[in-house]
Amino acid sequence: MSSAAVSLRDWLLTDTPASQSQAAWGRRYRLWRDFRANPLAMGGLIVVTILVLAAGAAPLLARADPSAQDLANRLAAPSAAHWFGTDELGRDVFSRLLYGGRITLGMVIAVVLMVAPVGLAIGCVAGYAGGVLDRVLMRVTDVFLAFPRLILALAFVAAIKPGVSSAIFAIALTAWPPYARLARAETMTIRGTDFIAATRLTGASATRIVFLHITPLCLPSLVVRVTLDMSSIILTAASLGFLGMGAQPPSPEWGAMIATARRFILEQWWVPTIPGIAIFVASLAFNLLGDGLRDVLDPKQR
Amino acid sequence: MIEVTGLHVRFEGVHAVNDVSFAVPRGSSFGIVGESGSGKSTVLRAFSGLNPDWTGTMRLAGMTLGRQREKQFFRRVQMVFQDPYGSLHPRQTVDRALSEPLLVHGIGDIEARILRALAEVALPPSVRFRYPHELSGGQRQRVAIARALMAEPEVLLLDEPTSALDVSVQAEVLNLLADLQQRRGLTYLMVSHNLAVVAHLCPMIGVMLGGEMVEQLSADDLRNNRIAHPHTAALRALSTELEGP
Amino acid sequence: MSAVLVDIANLSIAFPTRQGLSLAVREVSLTLGVEKLGIVGESGSGKSLTARSILRLLPPNAVVTAERISFDGIDVMRAGETELRAIRGRRAGLILQDPKFSLNPVMTAGDQIAEAWRAHRKGTWRQARQAALDLLAQVQIRDPGRVAGSYPHELSGGMGQRVMIAMMLAPDPELLIADEPTSALDATVQAEILRLLEDLVSRRGMGLILISHDLPLVSHFCDRVVVMYAGRIVEELRASDLASAQHPYTRGLLDCMPTLTKPKPRLPVMVRDPAWLA
Repeated sequence: MSSAAVSLRDWLLTDTPASQSQAAWGRRYRLWRDFRANPLAMGGLIVVTILVLAAGAAPLLARADPSAQDLANRLAAPSAAHWFGTDELGRDVFSRLLYGGRITLGMVIAVVLMVAPVGLAIGCVAGYAGGVLDRVLMRVTDVFLAFPRLILALAFVAAIKPGVSSAIFAIALTAWPPYARLARAETMTIRGTDFIAATRLTGASATRIVFLHITPLCLPSLVVRVTLDMSSIILTAASLGFLGMGAQPPSPEWGAMIATARRFILEQWWVPTIPGIAIFVASLAFNLLGDGLRDVLDPKQR
Repeated sequence: MIEVTGLHVRFEGVHAVNDVSFAVPRGSSFGIVGESGSGKSTVLRAFSGLNPDWTGTMRLAGMTLGRQREKQFFRRVQMVFQDPYGSLHPRQTVDRALSEPLLVHGIGDIEARILRALAEVALPPSVRFRYPHELSGGQRQRVAIARALMAEPEVLLLDEPTSALDVSVQAEVLNLLADLQQRRGLTYLMVSHNLAVVAHLCPMIGVMLGGEMVEQLSADDLRNNRIAHPHTAALRALSTELEGP
Repeated sequence: MSAVLVDIANLSIAFPTRQGLSLAVREVSLTLGVEKLGIVGESGSGKSLTARSILRLLPPNAVVTAERISFDGIDVMRAGETELRAIRGRRAGLILQDPKFSLNPVMTAGDQIAEAWRAHRKGTWRQARQAALDLLAQVQIRDPGRVAGSYPHELSGGMGQRVMIAMMLAPDPELLIADEPTSALDATVQAEILRLLEDLVSRRGMGLILISHDLPLVSHFCDRVVVMYAGRIVEELRASDLASAQHPYTRGLLDCMPTLTKPKPRLPVMVRDPAWLA
């Protein structure tokens, strides 16, 4: 190991950190080390990273234009020219997969970015405030929680026009309640602790207490939940696509790819199956990542 | 400095404190002893503003206290809790925990004040950026005391501050509290179930039983067995019986 | 001549850390007959580990080396799991600090004691329940029926500890290890529980190991006291001889406590001599 790397590690692991940032980075490094010891979790992380990078670099990695049709060459088997073969309109499946990844992963990230902060805020506020505010917020949460995710998404998307942004919004509507519930439960536990009492005794306002002191403690469970949820969001997005309610043709969204090619499953099996495998792999990778995160984040801090 | 008259407090649906009255002169210490469930901690929490469900009169330096406490109150009155681990935010370094009172009250010169606070509670500067789980019990309690002192209060409410500590660490913390009181002219209101600890630090002691303050006496009277109430006598007998040689 | 219940010779317990093995217990030797032994030390002195090694209830990553750890002649170090299970609970009981954490929150107190009784003796549920009520009476609970039907969270700290003691006494053990049994309780209840333990142990002819950080308290309820510091035994003495303790650490522990009878303006603080670590 190079001396620079060794001294960086020492800097991170020292038990007398000399600054706030050194202490914080030391903590993150220790978490990373524990995470790294879990091979399945690392596998999940690697796969997720590859997927995200591949989707991001789609224009560079794609061998062909995903909408370029070549009807003479339709339903071709995987070959050197087309790594995953071509679909029913002669389009390169590999390139469509990459661009489809952009859509699917993009949808998932968009949903999570909308849903996690909102759920966290609502849950923490409800948990800390208690009383009427808590009851009102929780009843609102209950209403959204009661809807089956896919059906509400379908109804929503059908009411507005089908498309990626409607799908994102529809999924977000049903995805936020569990985070609010989770944040509320954590907040209610934390609310009674001595250190929050001590913070109240500094004269801090309720807003400050909730957002500076309580929210950071809810983050680990939230992060774990988000990661595990990602796989289910992928499946919902793909289902919407499959039902024609998400990304519209000729968009290479993975679910839509399966839908349009499903009649070829017996003979040209690669056309619907490969996007299916992609969905499965993405989902599984997020699950393993989430499990690994939970092992690392939860027991330590409790 | 502190005047409490006819205090009744409800806690978790129970009438935990029943008609308690006492006074603490400025710069002095008043100890409240009793068993678990006697209501002693509840008195402290009511005075600190953590428990708003009380009736009676409570005065700080002549000023009557209402149901809600203003920020100014917290500059004058602070509290040290029993469990040193539970009273520090697990994700905040010592530095962050100590700067919080300063940030809330808008007090400047944070760096210098933190270093001074650490020195005052005899903590080395090397602990400044550690997390609570990286400190020993005694160190955590010192951090809790330092935090209480950041806003330069006049009154410290001490809720069994040494009950969770080893005896050697307890001695250090009690000495520290005595030194701080002398140096800063602090007024202490201390709660404990340990009679010897209370008598060591507090010249006046109130004994609570079942929510009522059954006796108030000086530490001197307690030591020399000039006691009125049988419960106090029982507590004293127990304490002296179990003392070392 | 009392039988030797516990015989520990040269026990060392180490834990692997990033810097190698770190010794938590260093070459500790002690014996226990049918008597009450107190082990006193601060947090981290190794007192709990020493006592738990008798029942081999140590964390899985502990590295144990000893010349001998025997319980009533049985070599604990080499015994198999079955033999150990016959000792744990049945012949030796362990009481921990906080009954909130050692009692099953979803079973009533009576059921837990009955279960402990049935696990080690043959009998019907009815006999077990009756035995539970008897045991609750023996631990001086005034209303055994009510307590037997209560859940742990409905009981006070002192009551919970009595239930724990009843559970541990159900199989009629020969040894009781109490690891800081009263540290979470206030002074009056502390004294009651310790008096109870003292009384039960004497009447049943059991051995008792009482672990605590409170030296005067322990010496009041034990026949012999062993003082540990940083994994080593620094002094061993009869409880009645506490006033003539020799080792500076023991003296330090005694002197640093505030007392009602002898007020000290300033509590003497322990000065730790690095020579004690040798």
